[in-house]
Amino acid sequence: MTDTATNPGVDVLTPVLSEHWGTENSWKLSRYETTGGYRALRRALDMQPADVISLVKEANLRGRGGAGFPTGMKWSFVPQDNPNPKYLVVNADESEPGTCKDMPLMMASPHTLVEGVIISAFAINAHTAFIYCRGEVLHIIRRLQQAVREAYAAGYLGKNILGTGYDLDIIVHAGAGAYICGEETALLDSLEGRRGQPRLRPPFPAVAGLYASPTVVNNVESIASVPSIIANGAAWFQAMGTEKSKGFTLYSLSGHVKHPGQFEAPLGITLRELIELGGGVREGHELKFFTPGGSSTPILTAESLDIPLDYEGMAGAGSMLGTKALQVFDETTSVVRTTLRWVEFYKHESCGKCTPCREGTWWLVQLLMRFEAGTAEEGDIEKMLDACDNIGGRSFCALADGAVAATTSAVKHFRHEFEQGYHTPAWELFPYEKSAVFATDGAAR
Amino acid sequence: MSVDAKIATSEVEPAPKLVTLTIDGTEVSVPEGTLIIRAAEMVGTNIPRFCDHPLLDPIGACRQCMVEIPDAGNGRGFPKPQASCTMPVAQGMKVNTQVSSPVAEKAQRGMLEFLLINHPLDCPICDKGGECPLQNQSLSHGAGESRFGMAKRTFPKPINISAQILLDRERCVLCARCTRFSDEISGDPFIALVERGALQQVGFYEDDPYDSYFSGNVVQICPVGALTSAAYRFQSRPFDLVSTTTTCEHCAAGCELRTDHRHHQVKRRLAGEDPEVNEEWSCDKGRFGFMYGRGEDRITRPLVRRDGVLQPASWPEAIDAAVDGLRAAGSAVGVQTGGRLTVENAYAYSRFARAVLGTNNIDFRSRPHSAEEAEFIAARVAGRSLAESVTNLDLEKADHVVLVAFEPEDESPLVFLRLRKANRKNGLKVTTLAPFSSRGSDKLNAELLQVAPGGEAAALDSLELDSGAVILVGERAGVLPGLLTAVAAKADASGARLAWIPRRAGDMGAIEAGCLPNLLPAGRPLDDAAARVDVSSAWGGTPISAEPGLSAVEQFAAAASGDLKALILAGVDPADLADPAAALAGLEGADFVVSIEQRQSAVTERANVVFPAALVEEQAGHFINWEHRERPVALVNRANRTPMTDLRIIAALGDALGSELGFRTPADAFADLTELGTWEGARPSGPKVADGGVPEGHVVSSWRELLDASSGNDYELALRATARPAVVRVSPATAAQLGLGDVASVSVGDAKVELAVMVTNSMADNVVWVPANPGVGSGDRLPAVVGSPVTVQAVNAEEGVQA
Repeated sequence: MTDTATNPGVDVLTPVLSEHWGTENSWKLSRYETTGGYRALRRALDMQPADVISLVKEANLRGRGGAGFPTGMKWSFVPQDNPNPKYLVVNADESEPGTCKDMPLMMASPHTLVEGVIISAFAINAHTAFIYCRGEVLHIIRRLQQAVREAYAAGYLGKNILGTGYDLDIIVHAGAGAYICGEETALLDSLEGRRGQPRLRPPFPAVAGLYASPTVVNNVESIASVPSIIANGAAWFQAMGTEKSKGFTLYSLSGHVKHPGQFEAPLGITLRELIELGGGVREGHELKFFTPGGSSTPILTAESLDIPLDYEGMAGAGSMLGTKALQVFDETTSVVRTTLRWVEFYKHESCGKCTPCREGTWWLVQLLMRFEAGTAEEGDIEKMLDACDNIGGRSFCALADGAVAATTSAVKHFRHEFEQGYHTPAWELFPYEKSAVFATDGAAR
Repeated sequence: MSVDAKIATSEVEPAPKLVTLTIDGTEVSVPEGTLIIRAAEMVGTNIPRFCDHPLLDPIGACRQCMVEIPDAGNGRGFPKPQASCTMPVAQGMKVNTQVSSPVAEKAQRGMLEFLLINHPLDCPICDKGGECPLQNQSLSHGAGESRFGMAKRTFPKPINISAQILLDRERCVLCARCTRFSDEISGDPFIALVERGALQQVGFYEDDPYDSYFSGNVVQICPVGALTSAAYRFQSRPFDLVSTTTTCEHCAAGCELRTDHRHHQVKRRLAGEDPEVNEEWSCDKGRFGFMYGRGEDRITRPLVRRDGVLQPASWPEAIDAAVDGLRAAGSAVGVQTGGRLTVENAYAYSRFARAVLGTNNIDFRSRPHSAEEAEFIAARVAGRSLAESVTNLDLEKADHVVLVAFEPEDESPLVFLRLRKANRKNGLKVTTLAPFSSRGSDKLNAELLQVAPGGEAAALDSLELDSGAVILVGERAGVLPGLLTAVAAKADASGARLAWIPRRAGDMGAIEAGCLPNLLPAGRPLDDAAARVDVSSAWGGTPISAEPGLSAVEQFAAAASGDLKALILAGVDPADLADPAAALAGLEGADFVVSIEQRQSAVTERANVVFPAALVEEQAGHFINWEHRERPVALVNRANRTPMTDLRIIAALGDALGSELGFRTPADAFADLTELGTWEGARPSGPKVADGGVPEGHVVSSWRELLDASSGNDYELALRATARPAVVRVSPATAAQLGLGDVASVSVGDAKVELAVMVTNSMADNVVWVPANPGVGSGDRLPAVVGSPVTVQAVNAEEGVQA
């Protein structure tokens, strides 16, 4: 949550989703309604579904889950002449290291999501919507369930919503804890009760997704952004952001900054501005590297502090905007150790379906452990990069590409640290206690 | 016998639409929908692969088959290499495989390196070594040395996933061929991939092990040595084996087999590849059931009974003894040929009976049978060519298949796989007329028309069928009065096609050879004078008696009463008949019994002369499968020359009786039968038997399960262990009415057996289903004639049968 009282750069913020997170009982329907909640729904239900899609298209809302695909266009791919039911599935399986925007949103204001779901489902003619939520976040699942119950009781869900004749059921589904289930086709398999592994495409979910029926899978933040677009119009949304990346979004600042948290700003803000909003890098330290959007986006260094954090800006810098999860690391951090931790995550979360991801991450972890222990052998860097070359773009889905991105970008920017892994353990070069966020004075420099 | 040129009918298959693409600079046109990996094969490029299998749905898991696609046909290419096993071709597409693309070549090399990271280097002791796709492709497309020198994933090895199948998880490359086979092809999803990452593995539920009649296929399609069979494990190295393409002898499907032998001993059998018959699959009985000739009960020398005792004899002695006995009997002889013979052997018996012995007393049906059945066969089955017959491919294309007294999974497992494929791929509707929905029916998504035995005719009559339908009727129908009459009438009235599917491999060949009392070779009716003249002239002018012969059951009765003096029996087990006691009485009553047999049996025990007959693997010839397709049997094992083929024995008897048989080799016999040609005269009109209806009281329903106490499974213990548990099935109402608990005593006539009770919800009331030859449970083998009265009593485990 943003601390508006003490922050000088606060005028760049555009709190929309997070506007009322700080209010008491912000998650309750009564509170949500007092701040204009569900008015957008009434407006949307007065429109034709196709007009809702056009409006979202016009606003140029791009998917906030990482890939940035235009949301309205995704909706328009749903073949309305298909006799099967249409489904809306909200991907609330947020579980990438560093990414932490959907969980606070659903925790603080679940009705923003529920309202967005109703409008979006209406737009694609779905009568059943699912919120697939990561299983570990039980308190958030309870909030969502409570919000859905309240919405039913208020007539926003169920049969004949607000007397318009439109019916919708929302089912909050708890996943069982697998990163791969954030991949949309694996999510659908999991939702169908199978083991979550990505599906062969085509057919794409828009044509044959959940139960082989037309399905839209959208990120929580994308769907939660829809009510404000309906309420305020496309021009309002377009007025924020950069040329191709429109609107506001949640930036999650974490790591070695004084005041980590969520910062809602127009797309295109820079990390320098965000760090300033967060009170600067940890006292007495300086930025070494950061991820723009979670562990699967290639790391960047201080050189990129002033590049706009939008889809194009990050692509131009050789990275990706991803989930806008800015993990900030200061100079006490071992790149080798950080990379190992990330790749261990991917090894642990690899679903096992395809060879390069399953075997490649197994190998990368063992190589990185040698670098960390200072026992790597001459040539291991080249070997590791070559293994990355054989994994990246060869695997079934994008999971392994995340491990590759972390590894190759680390070597690109900090090759010397890996070379030091030929002879010196990382913990000698970078005593680990020094990078602990809550380090005592003694541990800090 | 001759295969007619397929006459163009109203349905001409449209030519597939062709798509032209360029692979490594070579232009090729392939049918629309072809996957790139197979299009590449057409230009002679083999792209390495593991998970890809042409008969399984694409999965794209192993990523071995990466290719570059600079143009997807729309002018745009893929920036990254793509899996060629999941992507269909497109017009104008450009594909560069490892042949022309360094990127594809490196991707493939990298993938092989990854696959070997966690693969143990135990090739020297691995059964797959020498025929291993991982080994072969590592050599052809991989790097010479691994750059991975660290810790490999390990698992305890191997573990049993069934009594027959062993799993070595370390060797597994997780291609999911086995799990997809079980799920998609056989419908036995007892194995699944579990866990994730490098710990992903093929898993099963320990309380419910892998249970499938088709489990051996997963061993064959495993691209590494992860799945092995208890039967073949550590038996041989592939490069020491000599392979022969031949045909399976276990059922009327006539599957192609690759039989591998070493040192003149068959070590294993693999499914051969015949898209029109068995595709690339076989059942476990066909794959593993080849040990039956290895026991001490194998007969290797002629035996002659002297002073009441069977004693080894020389061939001339035995032939002389047989000839003496047969001369004394004259034409009062019965001949029974069983179900195991090739068409050449069956033809030898047929000609011998009619032309040498002068009798029409010949019958192949060593199982419950009826005169109605013989008439039905003469009218509807015999003398057909492949082109006239319903085929496997016809089943695949049919709209609706109706199963009458036929349980394909047990009685013709490859028909089952074909029906399942048709149901899965083409939405074939299957209807089964049966007392309950079996596991096989469930896997076919078959609609159950619940009937008690005898109720089939009425149920069939109620069905709306048209020319897109096929009625498949099993051999069990022959003992239900009026059923075959009704089946034929229904086919005629509705335009539905009709196929009769016998159980045994030799049955259709025996019919074509004329091993029935009312039927001469190649479908010639005995009661047609022109047919008799035909045959007589082909056989050197020997007159053919017009007097109808005796069926197998009638022969035993006649022998018991003294009307028949001698019996010649080949491959007959009295226990298979409806009344085993009557058969044994016939054997006892006959003055003279000649047994031509592979192994000691109830018949050889009672024979005066026993001739040792060659196993199928020891001879060449043909089976004719249920489609009327000729299936070549090849000589696999040349070692054992002591037993002779049935044909050779019969020819020797003919010589000794002073009347030449006309041939002494399978090739000559086949030529002789082919020369006889098809029958172009009128066919009999078929039986006219009134519908017997459902009998009163509790009645038996039964069939032979695929894996049971059949002698064909003898000495293959792992195979036997995968048989389904023997149970008696009754409906909940019948179970309640009879007060049945866990175990019941089932009696048919004097025979009694105790079996576990399985209350079956879909079962018709008053029907008692028992397996025909379970070989387990305590008690007798029931003469399980479908529709016969049965008594069921509860058994209290402590006190025995309740009062």
